[in-house]
Amino acid sequence: MERDFTKKRVRVGERVMEGLLFFAAALAVAIVAGILYVVISEAAKFFVEVSFIEFVTSTRWTPLFDDAHYGIAPLLTGTFMSTLVALAVAVPLGLLVAIYLSEFASPRMRETIKPTLELLAGVPTVVYGYFALLFVTPLLQRVIPGLPGFNLLSAGIVMGLMIIPYIASLSEDAMRAVPRSLREGSFAMGATRLETAFRVVFPAAISGIVGAIILGMSRAVGETMIVVIAGGQLPQIVTSPTEQGATVTAFIAQVALGDIAFGTLEYQSIFAAGLALLFFTLIFNFIAFGLQRRFREAY
Amino acid sequence: MTAIDAQQAPRDLTAQPKGLAMRRFKDASFVIWGIIATLIGLGTLVALVGELVHDGGHRLTGAFFTSFPSSDPAQAGILSAWVGSILVIITTAFIAIPIGVLAGVYLEEYAPKNAITSAIEIAVNNLAGVPSIIFGLLAVGLFVQMFGLGQSILTAGVTLSLLILPVVIVATREAVRGVPQDIRHAALAVGATKWQTTQHHVLPYALPGVVTGVIIGISRAIGETAPLILIGGLTFVAFLPITRPGDAKFEVIGAVDEYGAPVTADATESIRIENDGVVVLPDFSEMPVEAGQTYELPHGSTVQSVASWGDAAASWSPTNWLGSEFTVMPIQMFNWTSRPQAEFLEIAAAAGIVLLFITLLLNGSAIWLRYHLRKRIKW
Repeated sequence: MERDFTKKRVRVGERVMEGLLFFAAALAVAIVAGILYVVISEAAKFFVEVSFIEFVTSTRWTPLFDDAHYGIAPLLTGTFMSTLVALAVAVPLGLLVAIYLSEFASPRMRETIKPTLELLAGVPTVVYGYFALLFVTPLLQRVIPGLPGFNLLSAGIVMGLMIIPYIASLSEDAMRAVPRSLREGSFAMGATRLETAFRVVFPAAISGIVGAIILGMSRAVGETMIVVIAGGQLPQIVTSPTEQGATVTAFIAQVALGDIAFGTLEYQSIFAAGLALLFFTLIFNFIAFGLQRRFREAY
Repeated sequence: MTAIDAQQAPRDLTAQPKGLAMRRFKDASFVIWGIIATLIGLGTLVALVGELVHDGGHRLTGAFFTSFPSSDPAQAGILSAWVGSILVIITTAFIAIPIGVLAGVYLEEYAPKNAITSAIEIAVNNLAGVPSIIFGLLAVGLFVQMFGLGQSILTAGVTLSLLILPVVIVATREAVRGVPQDIRHAALAVGATKWQTTQHHVLPYALPGVVTGVIIGISRAIGETAPLILIGGLTFVAFLPITRPGDAKFEVIGAVDEYGAPVTADATESIRIENDGVVVLPDFSEMPVEAGQTYELPHGSTVQSVASWGDAAASWSPTNWLGSEFTVMPIQMFNWTSRPQAEFLEIAAAAGIVLLFITLLLNGSAIWLRYHLRKRIKW
């Protein structure tokens, strides 16, 4: 019997597979929706009890005390300070490594250094926390007398070391995406490699580099274990990195370490803190992706 | 113009421009700065390993791997932690690998260019940037509270799989994108359907890249601590999750700490033992206890359930561990790190060595795989 080739066969298996694939991919949207739903709905219950004005203006965060105050400011200053220290370490070092790898190192050198540095990003953060508390802090205490055993300086430095690979690797990608012709033009004018790197390649790749730094910053803001272990868990307005302080993430972990009674204001307060954290990291990611897309489109 | 040119002396083109030596010196010395920055990064890794080995190397004995945690640091081990880690990771892998690979294939091979696809892409990109502790909040609010999965291995596995999903998806997409179009065209030309082409031709070629991504994701899941703290992983676990849940536990009457001992000093508490076991008294002497009996125990004692290998084997069931309470390696290490006694810091370091060894091994093999892949395959 001849087959009718004009008739389209309906392949059930194909349809099922396609549906399954779509379902798997769509799950990502569901997860994001789930995160937003859970965090926002629990935080909303929190804001029924505590006014939003108190949340953003009060300078005390003492939800576990009888005299409870719910001002996010101390947690934000802790996060800000530790992130600032991390960036002060990671940006210069990361960019030096990136410029070196992209403009100076031989391909073989690059192939060896890049993966080895990537190992730094794979170290569990709890191990980094131990390292900060028991190696970096004692080391710093020799240089800075009177430095408390828990401080944001040590946590921030280790966090900075942790994000070096992110900043270095992403900035290097951005600089290597700068077309060769720009470098050759610069060399032809008599510039050295260093001058070319700083005056031609770096400015041309700047949006990608800033994107890389913001992504690193987002990592630092969201980092939990290092600050929980080495930063102390005292929520206070932090004015110097040598003080101890609690970050937003450290507070969430601290409450979770105690027995959380579900449905209490305490329980809801970690979602309010989480909402603040989510708000900042999503904004950073949004800016970073925008910047990185720009450098990709430029050439 | 010509008049001005004529007035100037011809320039000596062989002469070095002013300051060239200095510029060359700066250029050459930058290499040193670059190498110093790199060495600081590598030095961190060396210092990290050195510190851990110095502090905890001597505690890495066989008994460390076969003992339960204890209030006596000399006796404590990571048995429940590494067993818990393996079970959680198995759960994570079972969920994250199929979903991640299918999602990656969909986005690269099937997805039409429309609003839904770009919504999915935005979601994947944003998921990758969400701090891990937020996944813990999701787990508490959704899995523990709403779905009633409890503070179990299943909850931990699902949470970690969501966390590493973006890693697997992105790696799959890159690997699939790297397979040349010719292969798809050839398969389609001889009558293969789209899924047959994907299954038999695209995926096998993309496999090494997918595996690299999966290894990196799994390594991240092994070291992840923050989200598991939120779902209550920080419990003193002196039983193996492969036994029936609650099988080798003690029931406590009155206020007790995480070791099942009375919290108030100078007080005793009634503790009913549910299974044969051992109580370690504050002076570290041991007292055998029997199932079903109630004991008056002083402050600082540790109730250790038996849960021997024999018990574990006898009560083994393939599924009940999913609902069991658990601890994992990073949580055990964190627990010990937050104790003031130096002996606990030693075993924290020993646990850190094990953790670091596993994650560096996994990351190293992923990097090696990627490197050899790039070298070997020439399309």
